[in-house]
Amino acid sequence: MHNFSFSRPARRPAWFAVRGQIGRREYWMLALVGLVVPLLLWWSLSASGLVTKVFMPGPADVWNRAVLWFREDDLLGDIGISVYRVVAAWGLSALIAIPLGLAIGTYRPVQALLEPLTDFIRYMPAVAFIPLVMLWIGITEGSKIAIIWIGTFFQMVLMVAEDVRRVPMAQIETAQTMGARRSEIVSLVLLPAAKPAILDTLRVTMGWAWTYLVVAELVAANSGLGYAILRAQRFLQTDKIFAGIIIIGLIGLLLDQLFRALHRKAFPWLYLR
Amino acid sequence: MALSAVRAPKIQLRQVRKVFDAHEQGMVALQNVDLDVSANEFVTLVGASGCGKSTLLRIIGGLEYATRGDVLIDGHGVLGPGSDRAMVFQHYSLYPWLRVMENIKFSRRLQANRGELTSSEVEAASGRADALLNVMGLSNAADKYPNQLSGGMQQRVAIARALLPRPQVLLMDEPFGALDAQTREVMHDLILHVFKLERATIVFVTHDVEEAIYLGQRVVLMAPRPGRIDTIYRVPLPAQRHQDMKHAPEFLALKREILQRIRETSGMKTDLELLEKLSHSVSISSLRTQG
Repeated sequence: MHNFSFSRPARRPAWFAVRGQIGRREYWMLALVGLVVPLLLWWSLSASGLVTKVFMPGPADVWNRAVLWFREDDLLGDIGISVYRVVAAWGLSALIAIPLGLAIGTYRPVQALLEPLTDFIRYMPAVAFIPLVMLWIGITEGSKIAIIWIGTFFQMVLMVAEDVRRVPMAQIETAQTMGARRSEIVSLVLLPAAKPAILDTLRVTMGWAWTYLVVAELVAANSGLGYAILRAQRFLQTDKIFAGIIIIGLIGLLLDQLFRALHRKAFPWLYLR
Repeated sequence: MALSAVRAPKIQLRQVRKVFDAHEQGMVALQNVDLDVSANEFVTLVGASGCGKSTLLRIIGGLEYATRGDVLIDGHGVLGPGSDRAMVFQHYSLYPWLRVMENIKFSRRLQANRGELTSSEVEAASGRADALLNVMGLSNAADKYPNQLSGGMQQRVAIARALLPRPQVLLMDEPFGALDAQTREVMHDLILHVFKLERATIVFVTHDVEEAIYLGQRVVLMAPRPGRIDTIYRVPLPAQRHQDMKHAPEFLALKREILQRIRETSGMKTDLELLEKLSHSVSISSLRTQG
């Protein structure tokens, strides 16, 4: 509805304005609602008794199982080893993907040489590499890290390359007309310009790395959140499966918020207006 | 030798030809371009889109190579971009992660990076940076980030940054194209002021004929397909320009003449012709929908 009244003070903009703004308090209220409502639905569904506990345990069962896991089954140890595997694989990916992506996004010959290859490999299912990885690396810690790495690295390279390619040409050419050498354009223009996008890529790929965790811990593991979920399946401990999945979700949420905080801290100019 | 060097034009273009061979045939962007720009001259390039004015500017800047012909600065062939020819782009050229002052001093940072500067030179440079900041009316913005500034302020920073290393040639590619009319007028007088202070040679690309006349001592009109220089107009206005001159009869007459010529070179004799062509296609399409 249009409101052309001039006498009244300006109204607050509508909640559902396209790309509109809402207050900080409203934002967190809605976020809370978004988290609590599914929890309530879950609770009421399991409490109603319509679904047996084997199919869907209630929040209380899951909580109790998690507490039991913590007290008697070394939950912290499982979390620790899983975080280690994910972060190690992801860190190793980043260590190689950032310089490689920078090279692909900067130099056309490098792009021609490596991008089609990477595009090809990234469509290969990481899971299918399990037998090969076991054959090549064995059933050491390295094999689990390798699986997650395969799932993460190739995507990451392409995304970093794209981040670098998105640096406006005018920024590069300005440096050139100020006499910048090639290495200076890379270190003083491309890298600092692409850094915020690269950190976002790292945040997103960290999430992907977690999705490969359960698969990686299929490989003759005897610890870890993914392994615990798989073993719970064998014993039909649905509540433990729920607990494992939710814990992974919570770790992901935490890491994501850490990345966002780091982004705000490292690139303050993006958050100024 | 020394004498001829003094008399020689700052920028000389001799039979410049540029072909973009992305397609099989190759698109001729520029053909038979001859142009001399004297030291401390302000030349503006205008023309219909596709006339190659930006390409020509980029060739002078060394960002594109001429397929054939010579591009000389002070009699020396251009081999690539260099700090003697600064360039100002329409937008996205500032470094958003650097504060205004750091952006302006970027060229010094490049030199310091190579250990080419002594500490006294660095000091002199920061004096110049302060001076440029003042001239550009940016004294209060030194510590701000580019995205905290308006479009007009951002372009002032870009110009100050380009001027810092005292380039002999300033190349401007529609630098005010994204600004609103009022800001643009302010920028016009600012750039003329800077032109007088710095004694640089300026080549300025624009699609705005009024801007071209107001700023330029000469207006170079380019024509498309293939891109070429059509006519060069000498602007019959005193060196010291003033906004009121935009209403002077000689200004208006030149504007009319140039606009007319742009229409002719783009294949449309009059706007009416264009309208007729448009309405023709409209009536056909409306007939189709009725049928």
